[in-house]
Parts: sequence; structure tokens; C-alpha cells
Amino acid sequence: MIYFALLILVIISYLFYYIGKKRALNLKFNGNIKLSSQPDYFGYYVVLMALIPALLMWFGLLLFKGNFQEMFVMSPILFPDISTWSDGKLGLILNKLNNLSVIVNLPLDDLTNGEKSILNMASENELTAAKNLANFDKIYGWSNLTLFIILPIILGFLATRSISGKLNAQPIVEKIITYIIKGSSYIAILITIGIFLSLVFEAINFFRYVNPVDFFFSTGWNPNRAFVVDASEGFDKDDLENAFGFIPLLTGTLLIATVAMIVAIPLGLMSAIYLAEYASKRVRDIAKPIIEILAGIPTVVYGFFAALSLAPFIKDVGESVGLPVSAESALAAGLAMGVMIIPFVSSLSDDVIKAVPQSLRDGSYALGATRSETIKKVILPAALAGIMGSFLLAVSRAIGETMIVVMAASLRANLTFNPLEPATTITTQIVTSLIGDVEFDNPKTLVAFALGLTLFLMTLLLNILAITIVKKYREKYE
Amino acid sequence: MNSLNKRLSAEKRFQAYGLFAVALSMFFVLILMWKIFSTGSGAFVRTTIEANVFFNPDFIQVNQNSLEKELYRASYVALADEVVRQNHPNLNEEQFIKVREMYTRKFDYQLRDYLLENPDKIGQSIIMKITASSDLDQIVKGNYPRDVPEAQRKINDYQLSVLDKLTSEGKVSSVFNFWFFTKGDSRDPETAGIWGAVMGSLYALIICFSFAFPIGLLASVYLEEFVKPGKVTDIIEVNINNLAAVPSIVFGLLGLGMLIGVIGLPYQVPLVGGLVLGFMTLPTIIIASRASLRSVPPSIREGALAVGATKMQTVFHHVIPLSLPGTLTGTIIGMAQALGETAPLLMIGMVAFVMEIPGGPLDPATGLPSQIYLWSESAERGFLEKTSAGIMLLLLFLIIMNTAAVLIRRRLEIKW
Repeated sequence: MIYFALLILVIISYLFYYIGKKRALNLKFNGNIKLSSQPDYFGYYVVLMALIPALLMWFGLLLFKGNFQEMFVMSPILFPDISTWSDGKLGLILNKLNNLSVIVNLPLDDLTNGEKSILNMASENELTAAKNLANFDKIYGWSNLTLFIILPIILGFLATRSISGKLNAQPIVEKIITYIIKGSSYIAILITIGIFLSLVFEAINFFRYVNPVDFFFSTGWNPNRAFVVDASEGFDKDDLENAFGFIPLLTGTLLIATVAMIVAIPLGLMSAIYLAEYASKRVRDIAKPIIEILAGIPTVVYGFFAALSLAPFIKDVGESVGLPVSAESALAAGLAMGVMIIPFVSSLSDDVIKAVPQSLRDGSYALGATRSETIKKVILPAALAGIMGSFLLAVSRAIGETMIVVMAASLRANLTFNPLEPATTITTQIVTSLIGDVEFDNPKTLVAFALGLTLFLMTLLLNILAITIVKKYREKYE
Repeated sequence: MNSLNKRLSAEKRFQAYGLFAVALSMFFVLILMWKIFSTGSGAFVRTTIEANVFFNPDFIQVNQNSLEKELYRASYVALADEVVRQNHPNLNEEQFIKVREMYTRKFDYQLRDYLLENPDKIGQSIIMKITASSDLDQIVKGNYPRDVPEAQRKINDYQLSVLDKLTSEGKVSSVFNFWFFTKGDSRDPETAGIWGAVMGSLYALIICFSFAFPIGLLASVYLEEFVKPGKVTDIIEVNINNLAAVPSIVFGLLGLGMLIGVIGLPYQVPLVGGLVLGFMTLPTIIIASRASLRSVPPSIREGALAVGATKMQTVFHHVIPLSLPGTLTGTIIGMAQALGETAPLLMIGMVAFVMEIPGGPLDPATGLPSQIYLWSESAERGFLEKTSAGIMLLLLFLIIMNTAAVLIRRRLEIKW
């Protein structure tokens, strides 16, 4: 249906472009009217006039489809006690009606036995509502089709009629396009606002159940307690005390990120130094892309590798020297994450090392310093701010990394700084709390947004700090 | 002199550290690839057992004149059991159950699909290669050891003896596993395929491209060509740079909270997945496209303006076409990143068990990386193989996309 509509849209656009241009040419050569724009622009003019209102209305219809549907189907006439229903029950019934609406209008012969029994079990009102729903889908489909075909045709026809010697199409078209371009560049801001609002709103909902002080400072993390309580009866804040404590997640995140940094910083920085200062061009041309491959590998692959090979390997090694190592140790997740971040550190450091002016190197060599002395005493101090910036960006990457920790780290919160023990992270818990049933009235789901907000602010802070540092450094040498 | 030697050996040591770091990083790439290829290659073949199949009309209760619908709905489970009994005569009930376990549970579907294609075979006997169960498959491939005590094996001694008998009769063979590339997910590893996930990812990427490419291109045009640097552009610029560094899981939360929660788009569909990936890719495209626009020399613009073009004509007729290769390169790299992103797909539900192959962006689906994640969570050895094979396919797509990006850059990009 939607492809059909899009196809029609494309055809209509082309037809209107052609009609508009044709009419303009006709006026110019047969009517001897002097046009104030090129004929092309009349074509664009007709297309824009025909399509923009239709697209806007279609978008509106899409946005409010749910509201229309509810008005049509979940009316108090069919369900007198609807105002007393909880969101959960509403969702269940709507789901049931959706299933019913698919089969309600089919002939009985086409139904399987399972479908027949579903029909038999439904009440009379539910059947009516399901029929309404099926009809609604039909009406909605037709109204979409109307929007896509009839409205553009009428508008396009009117726009074509309005073409005359007086109409100056070019400035109008250019104005509209300017608005479209301007709007596009604001979408990036809209996305940020969207992120912030959706996180803040749901986080506020979460803090209605859980005291913020409890959340940020308590050390117990047992989100399953929220299951014990029936959501419709409301939560007692005492029930949720120590259920959502952020501290063990924070320490787990920092622990794994620290392990990752211990791997990534020396390896990344030394690779960058070697490739920038020592390696011949041929070595660099081969080694650099290979290291960059590490950056291109999806994180789910690292997670799989960490869980399948790295964690058992570390456990075996640990046990052979008599150390008790968990199968979900923070070390395994951290190591895999570190490998993932190596190319990130190395390419950012590479950029800053290359930006150090050659004159500094030459000066140091002239004083008799060896290459390594030049690097350690001249280049690195000169590039320090930039390198720090790249480290901060890498930390922000590590904190926000999800798949590796979801697959290789533990789900159980554990307040520890021992990398051989299991630890959980913020991102792991966001994923865990959203897998399965998503209920926007249960703190077990909502906590994901509170965690997401915290994560967003943490990474934002690190990024801004890093970008400011890097910018300052750049200004010094440019 | 002594101190010079010290300094020179320090120099050597430092260089060795650097070389070691590079070598170690490259070693990680190798070990990752080796591990994945060694565990995944098995997924491309599957073990089959040759069997005589008699399409007995009494068992499936259809005849030569039955409609396709009747053929489709008929029950093939009894027929499947009968095929096992015929090919392994004189089994007692216990033995029968064990032998039946050696074939895939879904082999009634295999019979059905065959009959739907060849309806004239009703009442006839043919020889068919029937897929073996995943456990048998793993034994044949050598991934499960045979020489451990019976209690530690998923295939017991009796089944092993039947297998050896079948092998000596030449009835066990390996065929290329087309199912892996044509089927959707399944509960049984031997019938699970990746195609549903590939289509899910494809639809998501199409949505992602149709959202992010036009908007990214137009936004960069506005920022580079139409506004003078000022407060607004500064805000947008800082914003874009920050957006590029926001963790992907946060975009997933945006999709869940905004697109699904507020706007009411459905759960676990590629449309939402594609939009979320589009939000993530947008900054990458804008940054690449701006760099590419900036590299178009001012003389082009001045030339166009000098012969009377408007600003809009200059930009759309001259500047954008010249900068398009750079923009496309950035777009493809951004899309390759989007293809590998898993976390946002988890947030918006594209990580459920979906058997059907999605027919559009509004059908429930998984994506390629989330299918890999799903399989990796399963304990069965058969799925381990599928996970690695899925990763190989994902890496193949990424290599193709990145190569395309490099080729576009080399072939089409104009050096000024």
C-alpha cells in the first residue's frame, strides 16, 4: 500500500513538473507572453504547490492515527467502564482487538480451528469493536490514498491554472526550498531536544516511584523488586528502597572502562607514535588500515568474542595459577572493549602528533636528542592537550559501549573494584530492563530512562570537555 | 660514552615498544577473524540422510486432485514418522523415538514443500535427502566428541550405531546449506536461516538512507552555503558534534520513548529501527558533506554567479554535483556503521524471535546484528555456528560497503 502510494507520488510529481513546464512554454511561444522565470521553475512551482500540503496532512494523519483509532474503536458506548481501565488492560484489549480485526471479516471456511475458538471466546461488544477497527483501517487506508492522489491533483490543477505572465515562479520556488533547507538543518537540533525530552520525561516518571537521593546514592540494585508489587495498586516507596541504587552500576561501568583504558591507551598511543614517527611509508600504508579494521568491526562481534573465547580463557588462566576468576569477569569485557578502542585512540592521537610542527622536532634533533627523547620530551608535551582530549573521547566511548558488556559482563550488580569479579554496567542494565515486557507505568522499565539520562549527561560532559581541550590545543599551533 | 649507550638502548627499547603495540593490535585483528572463520564455516553445510519417501495418500489425506490449499494444510507429521519407520524397519517404540530424533523435527515441512512443488508425486516413491538434526550434524562435523561417556553426549550409543550403519551405506552426506540464506529464524539450529534478519536490516537501511541522506545533504548545504557563521550556526555545529558522540543506546531510548511511546509507531519494526539509525547517521553525513562542500573551490561559485545564476542555481547546479562523491562516501560509511549497530535495535524491540521473512518496513523483524546477538545467547552448539556465520555475512556486507565508499572516493572525487 505504502509503496503504491509512494510510486503514485513520484509519478504525479513528474507529471505536474511536465504539465507546469509545458504550460509555461505554451504561454511563451504560442501566447507570446513574456515570462518572468525560466519554464523549469513553473514545473517546480506546480510540483511544490501540489505536494507540500498533501505531505504535511499525511504526516499529521500518521501522527494522530492512534488518537483517531481510539476514538473510533475504544468508545465508551462499547465499553462502558473504559475510563476505569489501567493502561495495561487497555493495551491488552487493544492487542486482542487487533488480532480479532484480522479474522473477523473472513469467511468461516478460511479460519483455522484456533482462530474459530478465538472468535467464539470474544464478547459481542469486542466483536463490534474489532469490526470497527477493521473498518477504521480501511477508512484510514482510503483517506491516505485520497490525500496522495486527489488532493495533489486538485492543488496541482489550481497551480497550473495560476501560471501566467504575472506569476514569477523562481523567487517563490527558491523561497520554499530555502525553508526546506533551513528546516533540515534544524532537524539535528530537534533530535537533540527529542533525546533530552524523552529521557527527562520518563526519568521524571521514574522519580515519582523512586526517591532521587535513593537512586543516586544507594548501593543496592535489585530491580526485580518492582515485579513483586502490582503496578496498578501503586508502589510504596519503602518497597523500592535499595531496589534501584545507581552506585554499583557506576562502579562497574568505571571498572570495566578502566580495564579498557589500560589496554587501549598504551597500545593506541604507542601504535600512533610508531606509525607517525618511526614506520616507513610502506609499513604505515599496510598497518594503519589493518588497525582501522578493528574500528569497523561491529561491537556485537567483540561481545561474542569476549563471551565465547576471552572469558573462558581468562578463567582457565586464572584457575591454573590458583586465582578464582568469574566466568563473567569485568576483565574479559574490559579487554575486549580495550581492543575495540585501540584504533579510536590511535587515529585521534595520530592526528594530534602529526599536527605538532616539524620545527619543534628539528630543534630537538639539533640539540642532539635521540628520536625517543624528542618524542618523550618535546612532541608528547606539545601534543598533550590533544592526546588528553582523545583519551576523554575514548573514555566516553567506553562508558557508552553497550553490546560488549551486555554479552560479556554480568547482570548482577556487584560493588567491587576487583576486575576478576563480575560487574554490571549502566548500559547492561538499560538493555536488561527493556528486554521483555515494556510497561511505561512500571519503574522497572522507567529506570532505563533515568539511567539513559545519567549516561547521556556523563558522555555529554566528557565530550564537551574533550572538544574544548582539543580546540584550545589546535589554536595554539595553527 | 656509557650514557650514550644507555640513551641509544633506550631509543631501541622505545622503538620496540611501538612495534610491539602495532604488532599486537594487528594480532588482535587476526585472532578475531580466525576465531570467527573457524567456528562459523560449518554453518554453510548441513548433514542430510538419504531416505525413501512414499507419499502415501492415506497418511496425508490428500489425492491427486487436491487443491494447493489442501496440500498446504494437510498434516505431514504422520507421514514423516512413517518415512522413518519404513527406512528403519523393525524398531521398537523406544528405538523409533531415538531414530526419529536423528532427523530434524521440521522434516514434515520439508515433505510439504516438496509436495507443493511436485503435486504429481502423490502416491509415488522417491529418494529424498532429509536434513539431520542439529546434534547429529554436530557429531558428523566433528564438533561434538564421539569418544566421551554416553551420558555426556547428546547422541547416545544406539543412535551412533545407526549413524555408522547409515554412513557405511553411503546415505549420510553433506550438502550446501541454502536454507541458511533463504529462511527466517527457527527454534532448531538446522533449519534456522539469516534471510529474515538480512531483509530486516535492508529495510531499516533503506529507511535510514531516505531519512538521513536528503536531510544531511540539505542541512550541510544550508550551513556551508547559505548562512554566515554566527550564533545559530555555532549552536548547530556544537550540537552536531555532540550528537555524533552520543552513545548509540541513547538513540535507542529516543526511539522507544519518542517514536514508539509518544508518536505510537509499532514495536519491533524496521521503520522505527531505520529512523533511529538515521538519527545516528545524520551527524556523520552532515560532517562529511560539509567537508566535501568546503573543498569545492570558490571560483566555481563565482563563475556561476558571474554569468547571472542565482545563489540557489549556483548551489544546486554546480556546487552540489561537484561535492556529491564526497557526500556519498560519507553516507556509505555512515550506513555501514548503522548496519553494525545493535544496541538501538535492542531498545526498539527488533530482537524478538521472528520466523517470517519481513515483507516491508512495517512487518516485525530482527536486524542482522540483533539476530547475531539472539543466536549468541542460545546455548546450543548449532547456534554457535550460525552466530559466527552470521558475523561473517555481516562483515562481508561491511567490507562491500566500505570498498564501495573507497572506490567512489578514488574514481569520482575531484582533487582541486
